[in-house]
Amino acid sequence: MTVVFGIFLLTLLVITAAAIVRTQNLFVAVMLLGIFSLLIAVNFFILDAADVALTEAAVGAGISTVLFLGALALTSERERLGTRHRWLSLSVVASAALVVLYATFDKPRFGDPSAPVHQHVAPWYLENTPAYIDIPNVVTAVLGSFRGYDTLGEVFVVFTAGIGVLFLLSVRRGGAAPGGTGAPGTPGIGLREHVIPRVVGRLLVPFILLFGLYVQFHGEYGPGGGFQAGALIAAGFILYALVEGEERTLAALPQSWLLALMVGGALLYGAVGLAGIVLGSTFLDYSVLGANPVSGQQIGIILIEAGVGMTVTGVLLAIFHAFASRGRA
Amino acid sequence: MELLGLYHYWVFVVLLMIGFYAVVAKVNLIKKLIGISLFQAAVFLLYITMGKVDGGTAPIFSGDGATVFSNPLPQVLILTAIVVGISTTALGLGIVVRVKEEYGSIEEHEIQEIDER
Amino acid sequence: MELVLDLVSWVLLSAGGVFVLIGGIGALRMPNLYTRMHAASVTDTMGAGLVLLGVMVQAGLSLATIKLAAILLFLMITSPTASYALANAALLAGIKPNAGHAADEVTEP
Repeated sequence: MTVVFGIFLLTLLVITAAAIVRTQNLFVAVMLLGIFSLLIAVNFFILDAADVALTEAAVGAGISTVLFLGALALTSERERLGTRHRWLSLSVVASAALVVLYATFDKPRFGDPSAPVHQHVAPWYLENTPAYIDIPNVVTAVLGSFRGYDTLGEVFVVFTAGIGVLFLLSVRRGGAAPGGTGAPGTPGIGLREHVIPRVVGRLLVPFILLFGLYVQFHGEYGPGGGFQAGALIAAGFILYALVEGEERTLAALPQSWLLALMVGGALLYGAVGLAGIVLGSTFLDYSVLGANPVSGQQIGIILIEAGVGMTVTGVLLAIFHAFASRGRA
Repeated sequence: MELLGLYHYWVFVVLLMIGFYAVVAKVNLIKKLIGISLFQAAVFLLYITMGKVDGGTAPIFSGDGATVFSNPLPQVLILTAIVVGISTTALGLGIVVRVKEEYGSIEEHEIQEIDER
Repeated sequence: MELVLDLVSWVLLSAGGVFVLIGGIGALRMPNLYTRMHAASVTDTMGAGLVLLGVMVQAGLSLATIKLAAILLFLMITSPTASYALANAALLAGIKPNAGHAADEVTEP
């Protein structure tokens, strides 16, 4: 039965992707991209990737849609004059497709436990996580500890994107412009005069933030971790901004706090790494942070996940405010 | 199972090519960015498909004594890749907004015309 | 007892599936925006609700049932709000509800 469901979902993915590219209305394309992200998140879950499914749903279907809508509000909504060089593009795409299709016939059988990807490092991680780190979620253990350098680089990539967007878009034009995506024609401080979304939105925001904190700290025991939590907390604040208007959100969490979160998270990660050197071991070695190596690893993972969560929250919210305050100057 | 595995890889190829076509053939800058997002999603699908093990479960040690786990390593890579993808998309959207303000249009051929003048 | 629980969850899941199908057909076949929205909202409430109830019966008395009940509560709060926001946005954009069979006329406010 899972076979049928998997095939059905994949077919829906292809149909949605074709519709995204074919439509000329960019608003429709962005909405379909959100649906595409949710479908692929369900697909990831069927393929036993719970952490990845959570991240894709939170980041792809949630934050990415809001950013695209913010950009659409600042540019135009319809795409003009379809395609150029249609036949040349189609022939290039078709020949590339044929080459890659030919390659797929040599791939190992789907689900084969003796495929090359399941040898070497992966069984080592699965066997040695209880011994070295002793947390149930192997993905968090690998992400936080065994492959900690990669995650450090990723935090700095997120940070760079944040300061890049702030450089590009942070010049406030003519004072604070109306924010939010309220209906056109409203003098637009969010959706304040629409009672139902306002009440329900304000009711939901504390629960979303609480769930974000749960995902942050529960990342060692189940699917979760810093990235998902950062996206969720940012989504909570974005919901508040959409309902109450951007000025009140900036009063609740000012721009200086956002910058502090962005910088503080990355610095926290680096500081944990340097603490390893200061306490006598190598960079990003968490074993020396606690009484025994295992508890040191756990303390290290909690600290760096907090750093990751802080940076992702700060960056996503700062980018949202940058788009929202660009306004219609 | 053979068919299901090949179907996953073929869907990956189709999604890859749809995203590639959107980047190459469309002239609207936001459509190109959407195409890049589709392209990235296809690559994620490929990696996670490769990590699945028959009869396995998510790589989380829960109490009910499962012993066969799916591969955690592609999941870690894709977790990083998703976040990097949204970072580059956000930066790209910022550039598109500034291009619109400077040139007045986000269609590639119109921007080239304005540049040549 | 097992059989009764299984039967009840089959009935609930199938009924949920039927409502999702009804919502989908309605969203395709209805003539204008508001009737389409009304049909699609069936999917959110009856469809999702019955499917969740069916899965809750299958899960028995465990932590999973409480989580599913929380999800059901969350859906019941947010999906009518989403339908309201969509209809309100359509009204403010100038699409007037037309009680006849014709498609809506778009008039700017």
